[in-house]
Amino acid sequence: MRHLLSIEQLSKVEIEAILDRAESFAEVGRRDIKKVPTLRGRTVVTLFYESSTRTSSSFELAAKRLSADLVSVRAAGSSVDKGESLKDTIATLSAYEPAAIVLRHPHAGAAHMVANWADATVVNAGDGKHEHPSQALLDVYTLRRQLGSLDGKRIWIVGDVLHSRVARSNLIAFKAMGAELTVCGPPALIPRGLEQLGCEVTHSLDRLGEAEVVYALRLQRERMQESFVPSLREYAAHFQIDSRRLGRRQLLMHPGPVNRGVELSGEVIDSPQSLIAEQVASGLVVRMAILYELLASSDGERASAHRNGAGRPTPIGQPA
Amino acid sequence: MSLAQLDMRVGEGADLVLRRATVLDPVAGIDARHDVVIRDGSIAELAAPGEALAEGIEEIDAGALHAFPAFFDPHVHLRTPGQEHKEDIETGSRSAAAGGYCGVLAMANTEPPVSTPADIEALRTSARAAASVRVGFLATVTSAMQGEELTEMASLREAGACGFSDDGLPIRSALVLRRALQYQRLCGGTIALHEEDPDLSGTGVMHEGPVSAVLGLDGIPSISESTMIARDAALAGYEGGRIHVQHLSAAESVEAVRAAKAGGVQISCEASPHHLCLTDEAVRSLDPHRFKMNPPLRTEADRQALIEGLRDGTIDCVATDHAPHAPEEKEVPFEAAAMGVTGLETAFASLYTELVIPGVLDLALLIERMAGGAEPFGIERPSLAPGSEANIALCDLGAEWTVGEDGYESRSSNSWCGGRKLTGRVLMTLAGGQVAYRLRSFSLGVAA
Repeated sequence: MRHLLSIEQLSKVEIEAILDRAESFAEVGRRDIKKVPTLRGRTVVTLFYESSTRTSSSFELAAKRLSADLVSVRAAGSSVDKGESLKDTIATLSAYEPAAIVLRHPHAGAAHMVANWADATVVNAGDGKHEHPSQALLDVYTLRRQLGSLDGKRIWIVGDVLHSRVARSNLIAFKAMGAELTVCGPPALIPRGLEQLGCEVTHSLDRLGEAEVVYALRLQRERMQESFVPSLREYAAHFQIDSRRLGRRQLLMHPGPVNRGVELSGEVIDSPQSLIAEQVASGLVVRMAILYELLASSDGERASAHRNGAGRPTPIGQPA
Repeated sequence: MSLAQLDMRVGEGADLVLRRATVLDPVAGIDARHDVVIRDGSIAELAAPGEALAEGIEEIDAGALHAFPAFFDPHVHLRTPGQEHKEDIETGSRSAAAGGYCGVLAMANTEPPVSTPADIEALRTSARAAASVRVGFLATVTSAMQGEELTEMASLREAGACGFSDDGLPIRSALVLRRALQYQRLCGGTIALHEEDPDLSGTGVMHEGPVSAVLGLDGIPSISESTMIARDAALAGYEGGRIHVQHLSAAESVEAVRAAKAGGVQISCEASPHHLCLTDEAVRSLDPHRFKMNPPLRTEADRQALIEGLRDGTIDCVATDHAPHAPEEKEVPFEAAAMGVTGLETAFASLYTELVIPGVLDLALLIERMAGGAEPFGIERPSLAPGSEANIALCDLGAEWTVGEDGYESRSSNSWCGGRKLTGRVLMTLAGGQVAYRLRSFSLGVAA
């Protein structure tokens, strides 16, 4: 695997390899010294054109835990503000010969384009409304720890699917892992033709009880102005996941940040069924695993070792 | 209006003989092998093969070649004034000549838009200095394409505007279009319409459907186009106006035009080679150079409906919507890239390769539609009948070539065909009686 651009590119076996690697990093996280020397002397650039808390912080901490040198660039306050094109920005950053560029961009396909321009390995940290593969991997990881396997499990994805890259990547990833998928939301917020991804589409929470996992999506407030839904209150009345709708055995997930009282009620966020905090914790180890698999294991390693003249980086206590 | 009234660079009329060419002009009823004799820029004679006298004039062995009436494109963007980094009259008309065209109509959405008689006069002067093929200019319907006040349509017609269009933008207000159609009774001039409901299109960048759902790209629904066509056909019918619908993309749109024609509306329409050859599946590559344009590529069912419309005459002609853009306007993510692709140099070869060779369309029908873009604007179509001005596309239907390998005549390279292998190539074009184009590697067999 040279780049991580989409979940679509990964087979079930490849997804599981990353998750297994993440399990081993979870063990590293329980040590006093949580760092491994794997990427010592190599540079990771995080380039974020959109605001982010979880994704940027966990990729940056993951790179540091792997001993990489980290350069974080935010579009705001950089040359991007001065009108520099994405292509020119990538050329500039490539002068540092980074091993990896982690890119968050408001437009679909941006990571694919950068992968064609740069020598570095490219990790898609969210491209427009298209894909968010690392989020899907950490969600599968979180669920696998809870359920063992996703095979045959019923997962409902509820909310604003139209504007959600998380929904798209997770649909593909959950499907690849064998789950049965239902998508639920107001008609204007479900893209036309989504069924072709192999999910059922409904506009009512009546059958929510059949789900083992309920994955709620963020409703962005600016959607009201575009009349996707008439009001927040109307949305909450029909689509909010609250303690009345969520059964006790159902697991609850959300990619964050949550609009309390809109897509989720306060009590379910803080309930023991909620995996939201686990998702964030998983984010770190899964992103360590992504960087490791791309930069340090098998074929990725040969190319980069050659480029950087470094020997085989062996993480402390890692399985081969 | 005769074709010769459109402007081009003044030059010497050609004198040559196309020896034993297969001559096909379905409208003139010509389908046979002839020696085509061209004298002083006119078709002097279609002689029996090998019989024409050619004392002292250039002679071309066309025994393996086809001579068609040169094509006419009612929809190109020459980008002048204001965007000459993309194209200008010289490069755009050269690109047209390389595609076998003898004439084009240039759209008015330039910077600034072509909205005054002085704009038209200046462009016509430039065309007389630089154009390799006949070029007509459209003026905008509304002043500066604002969609509010009408341009001085009568004065624009007197200055030589071949018609009117706000192409690039729809005419949002039904009342404004109604007023333009009323005014048309005074001054003539077909109104060409870019049909799209701006509210329904919204921030869309591709066809709305399963592919846009997967890619997370905002969709442009088919109904954005078809509802506006239905509205404007009703307006034209009511006012007795003459409209031409540009770049049809959706099955519903073909149906809307078909219904309007059946209802007696004076309506014509066009379809582009890329909509006839590609579908939104191509957008999965997220390559904006080749696959981002407006209207967007739609589904296979839409493509089939366009082909059927072309076949049954609902669609009158092929138009490329040749839309050159500079590399930096396309080397950006799909959503941020400029809309439009170039198409003049590949229109015939792409349709011949994709539709004629597989047996979907008749060669004669394609030739008829390729030259059919003049009539909707009241301009006579190019003809191979003796006595006509020489407007001829000389083609080798067996030639295989890869698009872009030798560069482009256009200043821009955003061809939707870039990298494709096509069969059928224009070797030489006569436009306005002059030799407008010769493929560089095409050596002419000059008679001793």
